[in-house]
Amino acid sequence: MAATRHPNRLGLKGWAVGGRWGPERYLYTLHRLSGLGLLAYFLIHIVVTSSRAFGPEAWNQAMGAVGGPVFKVGEFLVLCAFAFHAWNGLRLVLVELGVLTGKAEEPVYPYRSSLNVQRPFLIAMMLLAAATILLGGWELFVLSH
Amino acid sequence: MKISERSLWTWQIATGVVILVLLGLHMGIMHLNDTLGLAVWNPAGNDPLDWQNVTARARQVFFTVTYVLLLATALFHGLNGLRNILFELGPTPRARSLIVAALTVVGAGLLILGTWAAVAARAAAAM
Repeated sequence: MAATRHPNRLGLKGWAVGGRWGPERYLYTLHRLSGLGLLAYFLIHIVVTSSRAFGPEAWNQAMGAVGGPVFKVGEFLVLCAFAFHAWNGLRLVLVELGVLTGKAEEPVYPYRSSLNVQRPFLIAMMLLAAATILLGGWELFVLSH
Repeated sequence: MKISERSLWTWQIATGVVILVLLGLHMGIMHLNDTLGLAVWNPAGNDPLDWQNVTARARQVFFTVTYVLLLATALFHGLNGLRNILFELGPTPRARSLIVAALTVVGAGLLILGTWAAVAARAAAAM
């Protein structure tokens, strides 16, 4: 069984609680949740928008079926998931490639590279995500189409 | 065909970068059309979902190609991500094969549907 091979595996519970975590660990959980939400939306989105291949009536009928305030709130949630997943994903890619991780140093507390380089980078990405949500939300709810 | 976890993860990152660019463009055109002044891609007014705008994009080879590229990369990125999450729950080898088979069928099916729609929309744009 997997549980015996990986005794430290927390399963789904590990997404929410696992000890004293920094913000990066909560972003990991959010990245997964937003990813699952985006995937669910995307699979439906492919089918709905494929109606354009059948001409204007089919397209307008499909767009009519996904209109109204409930779908608008749903679209805003998709926008939030997109903004977060995109900016946090950019952070994950850059950190994976060793960009903006700071110089290698002895792991002596307080960890300067993680606090002085990675943490401000994380905050910058989250501010960009917030700005994206505000800008998109403005167009979605205020300018409205 | 057995693809190593390592190369799947590399593809996950590579497709993520492609999606970042193409989905950024897609979201910009569809949702920040007014704010960013992207009238060049929505010539028939500021509703990107208006049939005239949909066909104006569908007629351009650029959109046909990037739609299919975004479709393929996003399907891989999303379904492989779901696979990573499911595998982490510790399924048996048999369950793993079933998960991969099911996700492959879903991915291939939607890739075919979406690619067909992007190409067929070029003809529908003439209607």
